Amino acid sequence: MSFVEYSDFIQDGDVAIVYLGHDSTMPVKVQQGAQTQTRYGVIRHSTDLIGQRYGSKVTCSKGGWVHVLHPTPELWTVSLPHRTQILYTTDIATITMMLELKPGSVVCESGTGSGSLSHAILRTIAPTGHLHTVEFHQQRAEKVAEEFKEHRVAHLVTVRNQDVCKDGFGVTGVADAVFLDIPSPWEAVRHAKAAMKKQGGRVCSFSPCIEQVQRTCEALADQGFEEISTVEVLLRVHDVRTVSLPLPDFGLDPSAQTRPDAGEKTPPTSAPNHAAVTLKTTTPPREIPGHTGYLTFATKPRT
Amino acid sequence: MADNGDDDSQYRIKEGDYVVLKRGDIYKAMQIQPRKKVIFEKQWFFLDNAVGQLYSTTFEIVSGGNLQPQKHKDAESASDAKEAGTDNRNIVDDGKSQKLTRDDIETLKEQGLKGQEIIQQLVENSSTFRVKTEYAQDKYIKKKKKKYESTVTILKPSCRILAMMYHGREPGKICHLRYDTLAQMLTLANIHAGSKVLVFETCAGLVLGAVMERMGGYGSVIQMYPGGGPVRAGVESFGFPAHFHDMLHEFPICHVNALLAGTLDTTAKDANADEKLSDMAVEEEQNQPGTEQQGPDEQSMETSTGDDSGQDQEKKEKEKRKEAKAQEKKVKLEEKRRKLAAAAALLEGRNADGLVIASRFHPCPVLMGLLKFLSPSRPFVVFSQYKEPLIECYTKLKEHGGAVNLRLTDTWLRHYQVLPNRTHPLLLMSGGGGYVLSGTTIAMDRSKPAGSSELRNRHPKRLKLTDTEG
Repeated sequence: MSFVEYSDFIQDGDVAIVYLGHDSTMPVKVQQGAQTQTRYGVIRHSTDLIGQRYGSKVTCSKGGWVHVLHPTPELWTVSLPHRTQILYTTDIATITMMLELKPGSVVCESGTGSGSLSHAILRTIAPTGHLHTVEFHQQRAEKVAEEFKEHRVAHLVTVRNQDVCKDGFGVTGVADAVFLDIPSPWEAVRHAKAAMKKQGGRVCSFSPCIEQVQRTCEALADQGFEEISTVEVLLRVHDVRTVSLPLPDFGLDPSAQTRPDAGEKTPPTSAPNHAAVTLKTTTPPREIPGHTGYLTFATKPRT
Repeated sequence: MADNGDDDSQYRIKEGDYVVLKRGDIYKAMQIQPRKKVIFEKQWFFLDNAVGQLYSTTFEIVSGGNLQPQKHKDAESASDAKEAGTDNRNIVDDGKSQKLTRDDIETLKEQGLKGQEIIQQLVENSSTFRVKTEYAQDKYIKKKKKKYESTVTILKPSCRILAMMYHGREPGKICHLRYDTLAQMLTLANIHAGSKVLVFETCAGLVLGAVMERMGGYGSVIQMYPGGGPVRAGVESFGFPAHFHDMLHEFPICHVNALLAGTLDTTAKDANADEKLSDMAVEEEQNQPGTEQQGPDEQSMETSTGDDSGQDQEKKEKEKRKEAKAQEKKVKLEEKRRKLAAAAALLEGRNADGLVIASRFHPCPVLMGLLKFLSPSRPFVVFSQYKEPLIECYTKLKEHGGAVNLRLTDTWLRHYQVLPNRTHPLLLMSGGGGYVLSGTTIAMDRSKPAGSSELRNRHPKRLKLTDTEG
């Protein structure tokens, strides 16, 4: 198991994702002899997990069962322990494409936060790229570095515990892309520029507030960035439902009865009492995230 | 300009390169060919002068359709905002504010004035420009720039640029797949280097190219194609290095059933395949009337003038040509068979790591057919321009089992204008970029459909609702 390479079987030391049901997952560190409690009962790692195929059904002690899935950055995003507000897959997907990430890309990121985006970046830039991620909170930086090791992607990433606005990314002239998710991105724009290759590259800043966007765009323009563009992207989920729509009863229709060729055999035209039409359709969830943040992209020209 | 950086060569435009032309928000994919007239945004020009220049250079189109690298940013704004009004109360739209006539402007153009200079003239000859607010002046210049500036930027192609280009120019060719939707698909399918991915698309090759870009030449991509041959014009536009094509395989979906049943024989001895292939050969022959049917005529003319030995020689030549042709055909068929066998070998293990479907076909049979080739615990995504067929896919998967984490979604994308004191969403936005069904395969349970796991995991109270799915 690795976050950048699939394996078929669960091994001791892997991180597996237990799929409990719709929108309910939990990560499990697989360890010989260990046990994990779920709402369907206990999972015994030695017998239930190790040696089993990823994607298998595992029966828990209370008789309920779950599926054990191979980790992916997307499953990690929905199951990781939150130490900060995190970026979700919809924004991550957009960022990945608009930053033009691909195998071999060198990327700078700040802040690392809980590592949700970092894992997705690592998946895309492996096996030849590198991620330089900067986090000013010491415990968070240590914790995420530990996770990278457990997820077997540590060789692709350098974690630095420093303030990007003051100290930059710790590298110069190497990055193809820079991502900023910090409270005052405009203070880091010059560091972003310095970190990037002289041939140019792409930058993205994520900010929840429009005032931040305003200042960041000004800073980007001042630093000579081009193609500055701000977007917002939201996910709309469509829950599939079978719905039943009752048909109203308008009573007997005399005009239909008087038709000469109707004959006595034809039943009354009004619908029977319980008539209903059943159909498959979708409904929106009652509430959805209506705002995550604005994504501002720009291109650094050759300097 | 004097940067003779060692690794700079890869950033220079070369003859034969696939590039993207850009002006404003308009893109066009192109190949650099000598003396080829290119028409872009109602202007024609030649790309010859771009060869040797750096990518992302902006060129001015000068006389004779030649490109000339633009000198560094001719001072951005035409008027350095000397005077401006506070509002528009005194501006009347009487059509008389511009003193230059259509003909005047044409004359200026003929005199060889550049876009920038024409705009300057327009501003100076506008009676209302100075009364306009600072913001309106900006807007005016921006509008005129779009109309009179004749510049073009040459970019290196990328998935981002091509996806935006196709969506802007020919959305019908890519099933109205919006770029952010494509982005979701690539991420949800966990496309990455070293995996084995199945792609079924009728999006001109854009989706296939996008997958290949994300795999960076590592792993294998199997294009499952409908009909006579794979369509991948869009892949060319990416301008991948040659070795990227080594990871690309193709397999016709008309052989999927045979492959699944284990009856597909790709060895040379296979009678069935031979028959099919020879059928195709015959067809090809019939499609080339030039050689066969004109033969007798030629011959008869020869007989009337030439002697016996000449005729013999002619005959021999013909035989030879025929033989060479047959040989060529044979080699081609052999190549085709070899490719089919290679793709079949990749599929046979039924251990693919991902599946991406984006087509104008009904997605349901495609999904149910191709899902069988995935390992358990692997993601798949299905795109459709319409929602209903994906509802059907969802229902089928729930009944059939074999997948969890099912989600039917679409994305909503809004662009913003960000300017000091004038920040707001753009007035127009895309109404929809298509729908995506995503999920993860699981090991098939022989006894019970997996769908029931969803049922069991819900709160009992919700069971009372009319819905049957989580």
